[in-house]
Amino acid sequence: MGAIIAKDQETSSLEDLATQALDLARRQGASAAEANAGFGRGLSVTVRKGEVETVEHHRDKSLAVTVYFGDRSGSASTSDFRSQALSEAVMAACVIARHTAADPYNGLADPAHLARAIPDLDLYHPWELAMEEAIERARRCEEAAFATDARIGNSEGASVTTHDGIDVYATSHGFLGTVRASRHGFSCAVLGEDGQGGMQRDYDYASARDARDLPDVEEIGRRAALRTARRLGARQIKTCQVPVLYEAQVARSLVSHLVSAISGPSLYRRSSFLVDSVDTALFPAGTHLYEEPHRKKGMGSAPFDSEGVETRTRDLIEDGVLRRYCLDSYSARKLGLVTTGNAGGVHNLMVAPGSEDLAGLLRQMGTGLFVTELIGFGINHVTGDYSRGAAGFWVEGGELAYPVEEITIASNLRDMYKGLVAVGRDVDYRHNVCTGSWLIERMTVAGA
Amino acid sequence: MTTETLHTRNLERARESLLVPAGIGLNELDQVMGRMLGHQIDYADLYFQYSRQESWSLEEGQVKSGSRHIEQGVGVRAIAGEKTGFAYSDEIVLPALLDAASAARAIAHGGRQQTAALAAHNGSALSLYEPADPLLSLEDAAKVALLERVEQEARRLDPRVKQVMASLGGSQETIFVMRSDGVMAADVRPLVRLNVTVIVEQNGRRETGSSGGGGRTDYGYFLAEDRALFYAREAVRQALVNLEAAPAPAGTMQVVLGPGWPGILLHEAIGHGLEGDFNRKGTSAFAGLMGEKIAADACTVVDDGTLAGRRGSLNVDDEGTPTQNTVLIERGVLRGYILDRMNARLMGMAPTGNGRRESYAHLPMPRMTNTYMLAGDTPPEEILASVKKGLYAVNFGGGQVDITSGKFVFSASEAYLIENGRIGRPVRGATIIGNGPDVLKRVAMVGNDLALDTGVGTCGKDGQSVPVGVGQPTLRIDGMTVGGTEE
Repeated sequence: MGAIIAKDQETSSLEDLATQALDLARRQGASAAEANAGFGRGLSVTVRKGEVETVEHHRDKSLAVTVYFGDRSGSASTSDFRSQALSEAVMAACVIARHTAADPYNGLADPAHLARAIPDLDLYHPWELAMEEAIERARRCEEAAFATDARIGNSEGASVTTHDGIDVYATSHGFLGTVRASRHGFSCAVLGEDGQGGMQRDYDYASARDARDLPDVEEIGRRAALRTARRLGARQIKTCQVPVLYEAQVARSLVSHLVSAISGPSLYRRSSFLVDSVDTALFPAGTHLYEEPHRKKGMGSAPFDSEGVETRTRDLIEDGVLRRYCLDSYSARKLGLVTTGNAGGVHNLMVAPGSEDLAGLLRQMGTGLFVTELIGFGINHVTGDYSRGAAGFWVEGGELAYPVEEITIASNLRDMYKGLVAVGRDVDYRHNVCTGSWLIERMTVAGA
Repeated sequence: MTTETLHTRNLERARESLLVPAGIGLNELDQVMGRMLGHQIDYADLYFQYSRQESWSLEEGQVKSGSRHIEQGVGVRAIAGEKTGFAYSDEIVLPALLDAASAARAIAHGGRQQTAALAAHNGSALSLYEPADPLLSLEDAAKVALLERVEQEARRLDPRVKQVMASLGGSQETIFVMRSDGVMAADVRPLVRLNVTVIVEQNGRRETGSSGGGGRTDYGYFLAEDRALFYAREAVRQALVNLEAAPAPAGTMQVVLGPGWPGILLHEAIGHGLEGDFNRKGTSAFAGLMGEKIAADACTVVDDGTLAGRRGSLNVDDEGTPTQNTVLIERGVLRGYILDRMNARLMGMAPTGNGRRESYAHLPMPRMTNTYMLAGDTPPEEILASVKKGLYAVNFGGGQVDITSGKFVFSASEAYLIENGRIGRPVRGATIIGNGPDVLKRVAMVGNDLALDTGVGTCGKDGQSVPVGVGQPTLRIDGMTVGGTEE
């Protein structure tokens, strides 16, 4: 902690580039400007049926600039960092700003809200992974899957990926923040046959900032195989209304729909089913959702938001009641509120776990549907109407009875949130939204 | 302009903008290829791309934001058997190309560098659109004015319209492909799109409606035939219908799908499952069904990249293969796959001009172009009249498919109940789920009203997005699961 590390050359040159873009904007007469410069590199290897399928080397960079002429704005971006391309990008943004309408809510974040100190969140752990080693790990992952169940006979492959990058954000009112971060992972997707011509596929994956925090690669392969095998022989069920248990990795989507419905643009456009709902009870008492942006090594951690605004731990749902929206500076000004540090989204949105593990939730549900996969986009954010394709398991006596497919589950998000019976302690930390499984009181299942 | 002249001109343009500034000529391309081609590399290609795109968006009556994006780079791919090595660079300079070539070829060991010069020659390409530059086709002020007119039209139509969001986007992409078999191909691809979404409100209830269109042309397309204003009217009409909509039923029933955009059914249920990669690997629910009867006799489905000016069309695909009209299902029998070069070679088939990639930084895959069902001979009124009780779905949001199990969904954004052969009250929130390999067996009637969509489709696969088109005539399908809330 507290070690002072000399800036590496890549960081310095990105910071210079962002600063140059701001200078160019000023020289064009812009009253304010902001710039993002980023660089990333990575390796991604896939092995299928024991053979290398793809080896991809990634190397990306980009610069984006937004200029303000009073209340008018324009944006541009380029992947070409040569000085002529940089000038052209800034010029293009300025040209656009001549044609956009003056909007008094436009502009940079209020200096009072900017992050002053930038904490080290332990996000940067580059992995010097040789191609041969990545191939070897992917091979072991897939082998473990095939060895787990004799019905697993085909594969979409096992992958090992590593990525790290630097992002710089700079503004004409003096903010300069740099975040270096890495992200590594294993994934495996395998297929099984049920003996009657039916096939199923499922997958598992792991993701971490630091490769040392990843599980054994064989563990991912085994879990992928178990997930696929348990789906074999799936069938439709009859149309019914039953309790539905969302496995943690699909429960996350219900939190994402909430975030989208309480985000600035949906609110000021009044295109959300949750307009005017601050301080109302959306969930049963006891439900607690909060952001924890400074969590060490968190997949959604960020010392500041995409406008340089300081992030901090804040409640979103307290005892079932919505306490605030998710706002950036623009939408906050339009709504007569203050930014919540959510420009660019939420940062480690945590759903406080309950006391039961997955087996406990299944027992609590007794009879109903356990959903492990969702497909489709059947969500109307204006009305909250919800209807998506699902696959999972019929549950009887608290145990998985048989796999289910070709059904939809439908309700209204408002009713689903109100009907949240329990959250599991099986928290999935692989993403920006971290939650355990969700037991919903009742939904309509459409089937045969 | 003849096809040859257009391709020759596109090749010249692409060389001028992508290769000449970097001092890259045939000798240099040869040098890069030579670095990859040893006896273990079966195939290699270089994909150069330069693209400019812009978008303008309106809300609350004003165009408040606009952005412009420039992207360029080169992707280098080497294939040995089923192995693919891939690297790319966003700097088009010889040292970066040589580095990428070395990284890509590392998948195969040993082998000697090829010394024989590449027999470089121009490939062929179609002539489906002009190399227009949409960004320059209209003054910036006129782009803003167009969006403002769309907004005014929507508000003029009904006082219940409370919010109008409209966006205008255009791009021009110049590509140059060099293959290890010596073929060189180029394309200059314009693409425009205009979208309108409105929010209407009545007695505290809010609903939404959307419309839009576009194609491989310039912005003049939206001014012609009042298209932009038509989209505004269509979005308002749909939103007002939804204000009256009741919750959709749940269960299995007869479904009539309207013409045009509901062809997303074919894209999800059939198209993805016939992409070559999934079939070569045996991961598609359609694997092994070639030559089998998988649909009713009245069903003939094609993937056609050769329609002039359509959003999903291409003069040449991203591997330098001219696009074609590929029959997927002929009178109910599975006849063809959607193929790129690698999967075609491994499957012992001919490529179908469906090798597409989102950009130089992505690997090509077999992807659809414009996928549609040919017209039958039943008038649509007759189809509706034949249904005692069912669902009539005319507009859809997105869809998705599980390739392996074959299960697919798509969500209606405008649907009605059918009662005794008549269109009844509108319903909302209907997601339809079905099984790809057997849904077309349930097609009972095919309309004579084939229509293609208006040019708004974007298909996602493995994280890559490409523009596509869909279409179909009115169809009656007996027994689809409708996922509403009313039992």
